[in-house]
This record gives sequence, C-alpha cells and structure tokens, in this order.
Amino acid sequence: MLSIKNLNVGIAEKQILRDFNLEIKPGEIHAIMGPNGTGKSTLASTLAGKEDYEVLSGEVSFNGKNLLEMSADERAREGVFLAFQYPVEIPGVSTTNFMKAAVNAKRKHNGLEPMDAKDFLKLMKEKLALVEMNKEFTSRSINEGFSGGEKKRNEIFQMAMLEPTLCLLDETDSGLDIDALRIVANGVNQLKNKDRSFLIITHYQRLLNYIVPDYVHVMYGGKIVKSGGKELALKLEEQGYDWIKEENSELV
Amino acid sequence: MAENDKIIDEVVANDYKYGFTTNIEQEFAAVGLSEDTVRFISAKKNEPEWMLEWRLKAYKAWLKMEQPKWQNVHFPNIDFQSIIYYAAQKKKKVINSLDDVDPEIRATYDKLGIPIQEQKLLAGVAVDYVMDSESVITTFRESLKEKGIIFCSISEAIREQPELVKQYLGSVVPQRDNYYAALNSAVFSDGSFVFIPKGVRCPMELSTYFRINAENTGQFERTLIIAEEGSYVSYLEGCTAPMRDENQLHAAVVELVTLDNAEIKYSTVQNWYPGDKEGKGGIYNFVTKRGMCKGKNSKISWTQVETGSAITWKYPSCILKGDNSIGEFYSVAVTNNYQQADTGTKMIHIGKNTKSRIVSKGISAGKSQNSYRGQVQVHKTADNAYNSSQCDSLLIGDKCGAHTFPYLEIKNMTGKVEHEATTSKIGEDLLFYCNQRGLTNEEAVSMIINGYCKEVFKQLPMEFMVEAQKLLSISLEGSVG
Repeated sequence: MLSIKNLNVGIAEKQILRDFNLEIKPGEIHAIMGPNGTGKSTLASTLAGKEDYEVLSGEVSFNGKNLLEMSADERAREGVFLAFQYPVEIPGVSTTNFMKAAVNAKRKHNGLEPMDAKDFLKLMKEKLALVEMNKEFTSRSINEGFSGGEKKRNEIFQMAMLEPTLCLLDETDSGLDIDALRIVANGVNQLKNKDRSFLIITHYQRLLNYIVPDYVHVMYGGKIVKSGGKELALKLEEQGYDWIKEENSELV
Repeated sequence: MAENDKIIDEVVANDYKYGFTTNIEQEFAAVGLSEDTVRFISAKKNEPEWMLEWRLKAYKAWLKMEQPKWQNVHFPNIDFQSIIYYAAQKKKKVINSLDDVDPEIRATYDKLGIPIQEQKLLAGVAVDYVMDSESVITTFRESLKEKGIIFCSISEAIREQPELVKQYLGSVVPQRDNYYAALNSAVFSDGSFVFIPKGVRCPMELSTYFRINAENTGQFERTLIIAEEGSYVSYLEGCTAPMRDENQLHAAVVELVTLDNAEIKYSTVQNWYPGDKEGKGGIYNFVTKRGMCKGKNSKISWTQVETGSAITWKYPSCILKGDNSIGEFYSVAVTNNYQQADTGTKMIHIGKNTKSRIVSKGISAGKSQNSYRGQVQVHKTADNAYNSSQCDSLLIGDKCGAHTFPYLEIKNMTGKVEHEATTSKIGEDLLFYCNQRGLTNEEAVSMIINGYCKEVFKQLPMEFMVEAQKLLSISLEGSVG
C-alpha cells in the first residue's frame, strides 16, 4: 500500500533523506527508530506533504497513486494521517467543529453527503471512549490549554475519527507518562486492522512494549541501515545506537 | 516562505460581488461645496429655516477647520470641490407603498440580497433603504407606529418631529466636533431616525441599508437614535457600493442617546467597495459614531464587522454619563490587499460605577495596514469605573501590518482598567495541521478566522452572524495558497 523508492529529500539546501526505501503492506505495523537528526520526522512530514521539504528525486506510491503529486490536504482525504509530534493550538475552534469539517471534507472527497449531526455525535462518543477522553474535551478549543498527554490523545482521537489507511505517528510517545502512553497505545491497538497500516516513529523501545511492530527499522544518515523484528528494538534499548553509528560511519 | 508568498498572491484574487451600478435617472447638486450647495440640499429636502441655519453654522465652522493628520492611514489630499454632495432619484411620484418603488431600485436591493418586499424580508427586521442621498423607503413603519416607535428617514423626522430633532441632533456629536463631522453637519442628506418611547421594547430589529450608487458622489448620512427611559432597541446597518476607479467619500455621523435604564445595541456590517487588488478606487469611510448613556443604568453596545472600504477611519464611542451605565465595543476589522483601517473606540467614564468593555479583533492580509486605536478616560467624578480592553491582531502573510495604540487617562484612583493585547499569525504550521486533516487552505482560514472572531460574532443578531461569517470568508478568499 505504501512503496517508497530511492527517495531523496532536502530542506533549505540540506539533504536529509538519502536513497530511502521502504515497503509497507496493508495491516502492517512498522517502527522506525534511530538517533536524533537522522531524518525520521523529515520522513513523516514528507509523506504528509509539508511543503518545506523538497523532494529531490525518488518515488512514493500510495495505494497505487503517486503520493508526491498530491497536496497535503488531498493526501489526508486519500487516507494519510499524521499524528503530530507538536500538535498546534487553534483558539476559538472546538475539536467538535474541527472534526466535523475534517470528516465532511473526507466524505465529500469520497462522494458522500455530509454526516448528519446525530450520527456525528454518536461517532465522536464511540471514538472518545477509545482514548478514554470525555465529551468535555471536544467543546474546548483544539489543544488550547491541553497537557502534553491530552494533546497526544487528541491526535489519536482524530485519527480514530478520520479512519485513515496509513497512520504516521511522529514521536507520539515523547513526553507521555506511563498512563498516557498506555492509553495512546491502547487506542492504536484498537484501530489496527487488516487494511490499516502504521508507521511509528519513536526514540524509545517502551512504546513497542504496548504496540507490537511487525518490523523495526533503524535509520541513520537519512536511510534505513538495519531492519529486523521486535528483537531489534530490544537490542537498541540495551546497547544504544553506538554500534549502528560505527557500522555506518561512512554515511555521516 | 514559498507558501507564504503564494498566500499573498492569492489574497488578491477575491472579487467584490456588490460592484454593479443601478441605472436610474438621478438629479445632482452642482459639483463642489459652497454655501449655495448647503442651501440647495436644504431646499431639496423641504427643510424648515432652523435646519438650514444649523447647516450653515456647521458649514462656516468647517471652513475654518483643518483636516486631521494624526491617523495611521495615508491617502492623497481630498479635493472637496470635486465631490458631488447630493444625488437622488428624479422623483416622479410620491412613494406610499412598496409597489411605488422604482423597479430598477427594487432590482438593486434584490441583487444585494435584501429584497424590498416585506413578506420576503428576514422575519422581524424593519429596513430603511438609503441610496446615495435619500431614503428610498422604510418598511414596517405602520406596525412600529402602533407602539409609538418612530422609524423613518432623518429628512422626514426633521419635517415631522422637529422638537425631537432639535433637542437631540448634535447633542452627542456637536457640529464642530471634528472636520468630517462638521462637513457632515453641513451637507448630510439622509439617514435614519429612530425614537423608542418610554418603556417600549422594540419588537423587531431595525436596520438601514446604505448604498452608494452615483459616481463622484459623497455619501453623508446622519443617523439619530433615541431610546427613552426603560426602552430597548437593536439596530443594524449594512453598506455596499459599486466598483469604481476613483475613491469616494463616505462621511457619516451617528448619534445615540439612552435615557435611564434604556439600551441600544448598534451593529454594523460594513462592506463598502475596498478598491481593486492594486489599491485603486474604493470608499474612504470616515465616520463619527458616538453614543451617550445619558441616563443611569443605561447601556450602549457597538458591534462592528468591517470588511470593506479602501480606508476605514472610525471610533464608535460611548460617553458614560449616567451612573452605573455600561458601554461596549465589539469589533472585527479585516483588511486585505491595500486596505487601511484605523479604528477603535473611546470610552469616556463620567458617572459613578460605569463599566466599559472593549473587544477588538483585527485581521490583516495582503499588503494592508490595520490599526486599533482606543481611548479610555476615567473622569474625576467616575468613582469605581471599570474598563476591560482586549485587542487581538491576526496576521496572514508577512507583507501586512498590525498596530495597537491604546490611550488611557485615569483621573480617579478608584478606577480599574485592564488592557490585554495579543498578536498571532496564521502560519504555515497551523495551515499544515489543518491540511493534514483534509481541509484546503480556504477552509482552514475560514475556520480559524471564525474561531478567532467568535466573541464578536456572537454579539450580532442571529441572521447577521451568519452573514458576517460568510462575508469574512469572502473578503479573505484566496488569502492563502
């Protein structure tokens, strides 16, 4: 469903991703780990269509379509979701109104009528339960005055509402205490199905105790330098990244 | 930055959809201003002698005055001798009912979305339609009259309610108050007059729709609203003008008076032609609006949504004279392309325990300049006065400007004044977040802006809140790429 071939990406004249390759099949969970500054967030932002990132060469196909030709909002409507590392605040706009606009934008894209108010509220109630949030959250302005944990839960809630096929989680676990981490992971696990794929970017192995990945990749110097199963994450936790850096010293 | 550049470029793409002209036979005053012009207008209106005297006094005062220069807006000198001060439909017959209105004028208002037909009007809104220098017709007059409410054009009030007009005209904005108020006092042509008698709660929204149609013509309307003891009225004005390359002057004066326990809620949705994307043409909107809370426990509330005009320069103000009186100012001012706005309010606390609240939301896009200017005065007599001001600026793109000029004059130590100001920007991160949820830039901006202005919008009567939201989306259409 997602196929990235020889992707080279730069920002402000500096190349970040170098000949990056990755294949994700429907229903798979991939984790990407790696030291700071190796291009993990660049990968997520590029896939989501952030304009600052310039694609120098390479191909990305998503469900058979050329993802790189689509604008950020088109990609979202096609089913790409990014859970942000730093979700923004939108004063005066409630989560309810924001989600109503987003859900209906997607429905319109798929040739459907806007969802009626009753169904929408029902859907919200159902998805709120997934991340153990109460209704009061949705009437507050998006992320305004939210704690770090609340912001991340709100991201997972929005993901649940929009039912994407590709979920990109950019360090969703950073800054979370153990309870919030459990809630977030729980939400993700419930959203897992045979058609929905996940690309989880994380620094720490601990998230992977809750969300079991099919593959773990280590990024360094703008590309994947090692891939394996869950055990690779455990090895990284134990030994750190130094051995990866040594093995790939020519990349930096 | 590429994103932001695109934002600016596309700001420019918006269209003003009220820019058409109406072909009706009109008669004009000779170009320019002299004592004869004043006499001509007064005669056209069949005014009594005292009114002419009043105008001439204003004209003489104006001659000695200088154009103010302190505002943060820039425009070439206005040649007051090249303006036409009076334009009205050549009247063939007296208008007694809606059927008598010229079909061309009817069509104009249909096109503007405010049909002159009572059954089609928004339920519960009476409208005075003013085109150029005269009131075309006022609806629902008869049903209002039954409650003792007078809602008519100011010209008619001068003829039929001379005592009320003599007592209150110029009582809040004196003839020589400022340059443009003096000019207005000399040449004002029409506008609305509202009188709500003691104890009456006006059962419907009253509204005036101002339309500039004629070329090279200035519009100088005058509105006077009087709310007697214990009465209440909610009043709304709307404005549009055709698209023209030259600038047109609109210098209005609005006076409000509330007696004991009375309340006036005055809302404006201003959408004068703003000029084209290069800043050519558009209305100069230089307006003096002031309310006097004369009686105790009275209240005046101004709500304005300003999206149009090449230059907006106005400060709807409240003189809080009666003890415990309350003044409010809620404003959304949007500037795009080359528009300039210098707007805000004055709250003058004179009575004891008077309260005022200011909420100003400025939105700048394109290459526009948007200034908030607000003055809070607490006089010696105003024990326990309280003011809270909140001034927020929102920038779209990086070629526009937002400025805040608060002035505080406190002469009574028991007063309490709070001022809060914020500046924010619709930046790429915010847009990208919305895009990532499937919203286009247009949808995102519209949503963000409406959220930002919510506090002001909720002050508007329901029907107009929806209108204002739409208007805002239209005026910022294309403001992001």
